[in-house]
Amino acid sequence: MALSLLTPMFKVERDEELCIQCKVCMRQCVNGVHWYDEEEDRMRCDHKKCVGCHRCVVLCPTGALTVKKYPLEFRENAHWTLDYIRSIYLQAETGGILLTGMGNDRPYPVYWDHMVLNASQVTNPSIDPLREPMELKTYLGRKPKAVEIKNGKLAEKLPPQLELDVPIMFSAMSFGSISLNAVKSLAQAARETGTFFNTGEGGLHRDLYEYGANTIVQVASGRFGVDPDYLKAGAGIEIKIGQGAKPGIGGHLPGEKVGPEVSATRMIPLGSDAISPAPHHDIYSIEDLRQLIFSLKEATNYEKPVGVKIAAVHNVAAIASGIARAGADFVAIDGFRGGTGAAPLRTRDNVGIPIEFALAAVDERLRREGIRNEVSIVVGGSIRNSADVVKAIALGADAVYIGTAALIALGCHLCQKCNTGKCNWGIATQDPYLVKRLNPEIGARRAANLIRAWAHEIKELLGGMGINAIESLRGNRLMLRGIGLNEKELSILGIKAAGE
Amino acid sequence: MGNFCEYLPSGCAISGIINKKGKRFNGERILESIAVMHERSNGLGGGFAAYGIYPEFKDHYALHVFYDSEKARTDTEQLLQERFHVDESGPVPTRPVRAITRPPLIWRYFVQVKPQQKEKQIFSVEADDYLVATVMEINEKIPGAFVVSSGKNMGVFKGVGYPEDIGEFYRIDEYQGYIWTAHGRFPTNTPGWWGGAHPFTLLDWSVVHNGEISSYGANKRFLEMFGYCCTLQTDTEVITYVFDFLVRKQGLPLELAVKVVAAPLWSEIELLDPEQKELLTTLRAVYGNLLLNGPFSIILATGREILALNDRIKLRPLTAAEKGDELYVASEEAAIRKICPHPDRVWMPDGGEPVIGRLQECIEKETTESAELA
Repeated sequence: MALSLLTPMFKVERDEELCIQCKVCMRQCVNGVHWYDEEEDRMRCDHKKCVGCHRCVVLCPTGALTVKKYPLEFRENAHWTLDYIRSIYLQAETGGILLTGMGNDRPYPVYWDHMVLNASQVTNPSIDPLREPMELKTYLGRKPKAVEIKNGKLAEKLPPQLELDVPIMFSAMSFGSISLNAVKSLAQAARETGTFFNTGEGGLHRDLYEYGANTIVQVASGRFGVDPDYLKAGAGIEIKIGQGAKPGIGGHLPGEKVGPEVSATRMIPLGSDAISPAPHHDIYSIEDLRQLIFSLKEATNYEKPVGVKIAAVHNVAAIASGIARAGADFVAIDGFRGGTGAAPLRTRDNVGIPIEFALAAVDERLRREGIRNEVSIVVGGSIRNSADVVKAIALGADAVYIGTAALIALGCHLCQKCNTGKCNWGIATQDPYLVKRLNPEIGARRAANLIRAWAHEIKELLGGMGINAIESLRGNRLMLRGIGLNEKELSILGIKAAGE
Repeated sequence: MGNFCEYLPSGCAISGIINKKGKRFNGERILESIAVMHERSNGLGGGFAAYGIYPEFKDHYALHVFYDSEKARTDTEQLLQERFHVDESGPVPTRPVRAITRPPLIWRYFVQVKPQQKEKQIFSVEADDYLVATVMEINEKIPGAFVVSSGKNMGVFKGVGYPEDIGEFYRIDEYQGYIWTAHGRFPTNTPGWWGGAHPFTLLDWSVVHNGEISSYGANKRFLEMFGYCCTLQTDTEVITYVFDFLVRKQGLPLELAVKVVAAPLWSEIELLDPEQKELLTTLRAVYGNLLLNGPFSIILATGREILALNDRIKLRPLTAAEKGDELYVASEEAAIRKICPHPDRVWMPDGGEPVIGRLQECIEKETTESAELA
């Protein structure tokens, strides 16, 4: 093979005084960065192979390791940055589409960071969540136009709903893109915290049927793992049309990741590629979508809410409105920073719009059409902390999906190599040796802790605003003010500028 | 978008009386009651709602309107003439009071919907909806005109000043009503606008309110979906609209509307029997955006009843008392004792626990109706 022009991304520094040649780093690094030089009785590194996942740094018992950005500088050039130059070297070598994992990492504006929240002073008291009730319960699903009461009694039952103790769910991540232990961690955490995890297009592994009451089962374009038992196993169903990280394109789980368990769960032959087409081949229009929504409702006896997930794209408001009218009980919108197990780099980084705008536009459109109250909105794709959740709900969401944040809770260090299957943290891999590194009990505890911690913080923020139920925040854009936004941005977000 | 109306937080005093037999009495007692709580207001707003005061026009909508200018008056009157039979009109009688300065032009009209207007409606809009649409249009589109009240056999008398001066100014001692409510305002900021005083009304609904609705932004955006425009620079008007929406438009009984605006906690709903649990869960899930969140005590009146209510964690004062056929509610017990020194019963309702005083004739009518249904 010809010489690669690629230079290392990271430099692994070893403090020789601290290193005891225990070889933990060597055993932990599936990328083969560390190796033992027997002749000199010392550890050595191949910097080029390092992806910056920090596994060795965290596990080194003597703290001898540091990973730094490789200090090689190109001649300064504002236009030709390191990433673009590297991409060309790589494509010149391979002739292929660049692939990547996780969400868009480009320096687009983060609108969450341009919105600030309100708090009570004097005229209305702030509420202390340690002393007063503070309610986060949320019901997702279709709501009637009016509650019919006859003789003081409910005349018509509420359509099926998802009952959330906290307005945060784990977003769709398939078994295949992530390990079974990762899925188990999230399933158990969802059960412990009264929320839901989403199967993605990975089917539902037999060990996970017990978590059915906390499961949203996904039906995507490849229909992997879908059968009547699967549909009935979950509490709700989500039709996946698009994903924030790769709007407009499908998915591809390479055959090497399709081991016996993935094969059985997805109902595909062992070792075969699992290719999800870009569109659903039975959905070429909104009326086709309506048919699928009602087929799924029919198949589950109208006992489960059926939602539709779309990527945030330019025309998202009109699309969401169509979906609501097509009979979806909730609309999930995934912003352009949403994560992925694998996506073409150029798509991930250039297609779609920020979730903040998409959410504001969808909520406003549904209100103008007078149907916002009939359908639920779930947003995902860049929720990083509890304040983002609060801002999303104030903009108009009923609940949020978290994917990347949940994986970080399990140990992910955002090295963006999910697509390689070489996840040293046992998350985005099917290698049994690596999967074992993630203990689902510990993973569940960590993910549940994250939800609980955020719930506490949301309660503090609500109390500060003088409200004690999450529904009083939903769509309450007066609780938001913009900072550093132009008139157009403010008007799309439907918020005032700070000081107004 | 971008058309958000600000609201101005304020503290306040409220008081209300109903004679459940429908016996009418003049405005002196409510004035005495609200005057006791002088310290709770700051002279920047006071007002009264009275029911039963126009028996001679009881089937007409009585419109009380403020005008900044003669032009606003002629524009409004032209609109009213087009859409309604205006059977009687004239300035609302007032007397000069030293403390009341620069009042607007204050007029009232007794109107009925023209039959041909009813036919012209493409959709089967009820007369009430037609009136509401007109009120919203006047408030929004005619500069300097503001409809103060628009119900039948009722009227609102309000303005900038202490409530006792406002009552004097409007000569409320000369009106006879079976329900009276009153408000003294302590706005923390105010444009000194007469329309901004309480009570706020829509059709027969009137609301006096002490507190702040922190869920205003959520309530307002929900109501806007159904054609309500919040134009009055106050959070109080949403209370009126919420009740109008839930009771008149959605057909909920008042008692259940209360369970929406001051919803029981989920932990309380959990303990109810299955049928009640399902009902209240449904109400919260469907109407969650209409929960009134934040500190408030309100007195809501219709021609049939009054309802006094606190927020669900009782962050504002509210006392109730009964004597004979009369029910009293007020921010402070002193305001009740002033006009009824020895009530049969005095109590402080819990947060979210409604106090409802209903005309006996309405109760009897309902009982007969439900008996007939059974």
